[in-house]
Amino acid sequence: MTILEAILLTIVTASTPLLIAALGELVTERSGVLNLGVEGMMAMGAACSFAAAVTFDSTLLGVAAGIVAGALMSALFALVVLGFAANQVGSGLALTIFGLGLSGLIGAPFVGARRDPVPPIDVPILSDIPYIGRLFFEQDLFVYASFALTIIIAVYLMRTRSGLTLRSIGENHTSANALGLPVLKVRFLAILFGGACAGLAGAYLALVYTRFWSPGMTAGRGWIALALVVFAAWRPGWLLIGAYIFGAATVLQLHAQAAQFGLPSQVLSAVPYVATIVALLLLSIRHGRAIGAPGSLGSPFVPDR
Amino acid sequence: MKADVSSSGPPLVELKGISKRYGDLLANDGIDLSIEPGEIHALLGENGAGKSTLVKILYGVIEPSAGEIRWEGRPVTIGSPVEARSLGLGMVFQHFSLFDEMTVAENIAVALSEDWNLATVRSRLSDISRTYGLALDADRAVWTLSAGERQRIEIVRCLLQNPRLLILDEPTSVLTPQEAEHLFGTLDKLSAEGCSILYISHKLEEVRRLCRRATILRAGRVVATIDPRASTAREIAALMVGNEIGEVRSDAPHVPQGDVLSVTHLNMSPAGLHGIALKDINLVARAGEVIGIAGVAGNGQSELFAALSGERVADRADAVVIAGQACGSMGIDARRRLSAAFVPEERLGHAAAPTHRLSENTLISHAATEVSRSGFILLNAAKRLARAIVSSFDVRTPEGDPQARKLSGGNLQKFVIGREVIRKPKLLIVDQPTWGVDAGAARLIRQSLIDLSRDGSAVVVVSQDLDELFEVADRMAVIHHGTLSPLKPIGEWTKEAVGLEMLGVAQVPGGAHAV
Repeated sequence: MTILEAILLTIVTASTPLLIAALGELVTERSGVLNLGVEGMMAMGAACSFAAAVTFDSTLLGVAAGIVAGALMSALFALVVLGFAANQVGSGLALTIFGLGLSGLIGAPFVGARRDPVPPIDVPILSDIPYIGRLFFEQDLFVYASFALTIIIAVYLMRTRSGLTLRSIGENHTSANALGLPVLKVRFLAILFGGACAGLAGAYLALVYTRFWSPGMTAGRGWIALALVVFAAWRPGWLLIGAYIFGAATVLQLHAQAAQFGLPSQVLSAVPYVATIVALLLLSIRHGRAIGAPGSLGSPFVPDR
Repeated sequence: MKADVSSSGPPLVELKGISKRYGDLLANDGIDLSIEPGEIHALLGENGAGKSTLVKILYGVIEPSAGEIRWEGRPVTIGSPVEARSLGLGMVFQHFSLFDEMTVAENIAVALSEDWNLATVRSRLSDISRTYGLALDADRAVWTLSAGERQRIEIVRCLLQNPRLLILDEPTSVLTPQEAEHLFGTLDKLSAEGCSILYISHKLEEVRRLCRRATILRAGRVVATIDPRASTAREIAALMVGNEIGEVRSDAPHVPQGDVLSVTHLNMSPAGLHGIALKDINLVARAGEVIGIAGVAGNGQSELFAALSGERVADRADAVVIAGQACGSMGIDARRRLSAAFVPEERLGHAAAPTHRLSENTLISHAATEVSRSGFILLNAAKRLARAIVSSFDVRTPEGDPQARKLSGGNLQKFVIGREVIRKPKLLIVDQPTWGVDAGAARLIRQSLIDLSRDGSAVVVVSQDLDELFEVADRMAVIHHGTLSPLKPIGEWTKEAVGLEMLGVAQVPGGAHAV
């Protein structure tokens, strides 16, 4: 394995959790709900998956626990913003703070434990292709799942009836309600999906990326996932590209630090976050507004009966 | 009072004793209404009479507090628009229920109840378009379309479900006279094919053109069911309003003096993605006259208002001159200090802050002049001013100094207009002064605009309501796609001429807009 290959492999590992969490948030936002709690849901996914995986010695149960934890957190958010039509920004921020705190509590007994690596799945023949073979065809299941999920969500949103309904509700919930589309039900399911994806992304972090638990290990990845959705203009295809650009930025700054670049390590660690701000800036300068933003994004819907 | 329509069999739909209560307000009070198969039935009433509430009940959007709906003689409950559509009801909303960023085909597909794919939606769309002369491009995004085209989407969307009853809520409010005539042709054709139509409007001429029966609502109650062709417009209006309506009068004749506002070669690029560019606007308003700006919604009215008020500044200072001072590059407060005043279209959120009290809302336009000093609010002065506005413009308030959002549309509009008029500005610019307000408030507002001009101010009224402009304006121009027609005395305009200008077909060759 060359150094280049090793770097590329770590980029894939760093990008996958961003992609999975951002895909979930993209679906939630396309339905018109802004959930700023991704970071908290990811942290809960990571803590619960690691706790379950260590306790039952099962990666599968760990992943399931992560997904369920993320979904439960989002259900709490849904209750507040759909049931009580509360402010989505405030509720989302509260969810992040709550999730970070609760995950620390759940994870506390497991600090110091380690998990074995999840074995990669080798696609025969294709993985023998020089350079890209091992990169793309000898990865863990999550990586394949994240690519599949991107395609499935793209097809779902643009090619299916249910996807059209979801987009309509996000675009204009008043019109959607007047046409008889089930606004609250669709939004509830979209929030749950977003939570499950964030939980899965957290599970990936704990079980594959680091293979241990430490409080605050999500390290702002939830926020990057949120920024990615805007960066991708709410399109799954661009999200895939964006996730890999940001994943690469995260990994390359580590290597730049190792190579004694002469800059303080803090500056290099800040690169992915600065890149997020610059990307958002460039986008809004170019389009004069957040292009592609669902029309009803962030505004609560109160049915008029 | 009931007009007799002989028919065999039960009516298609029958409403009995429908009531809807919102807190203390009885929006609908024991309404009876029946519609025969193939009939075009008018539902007439002023804004706030309960028309929209009634059709939302019929379409299953809101639940009635009491009453019964019978469909072909059978009692039914319509719990949702989906149930309404499966019965055979179709609805064309006043404020379109469309999705701006999606294509025409997607907008239609989303409302279909059966399975579809976009290819079949496209082919059925083109069939319907041909049959009824409703031309539409399936792949255009809705935000690129005119109001008339958007309405066609709503109509086609209904027709694809083979409706038995089509409900149209104020369908012509956004159309040019020519587009409206085209719509009437389509409705006649549908009616001849046996589709019933419930036509909601407050425009008498249209109702007389289309319908043989009209139910008139006032303050949530049915006051009469009549044959609109057998009654005069004045009689119907009296039923709608409750008493003989006075006309707006100007005692003093129109004696224009010096120029107060002059706009020369004003160009401005659009503010947003979907905005309209202003192209070479020329306009003069003199002291003592009311200038009317007509046009179909979305032709640059809000952009023109923003440019005149200083919400957006022009690139040349001399493009806008107020009271002899070049102020194209001045902001809105600087222009107010030149004794100009502005009332934007949106009452709630633009002209007034919804959760602020009326006294606090005086700050929005008076902070530059009288209710603040050295950055501090003069609370008592603000309260006094709010009280003065409330009493001189007959603003009915639920309490002494309520939040702006607690006022009804008409009362809030009286407040935001009164707030400017009370200063006796030399120049007043108003966008849509009476949109969605009741007849009484509209009359008071129009009268105050005329009175202000006769006291020596220049008044510019931007409005989509042609009747209003013919009533108040001394000179008028039409805005179309960001260009303004020449100003002509109101007596030289006919409705047909205005309609042609609204469509942009009356423009001289070469002066037409490039896209």
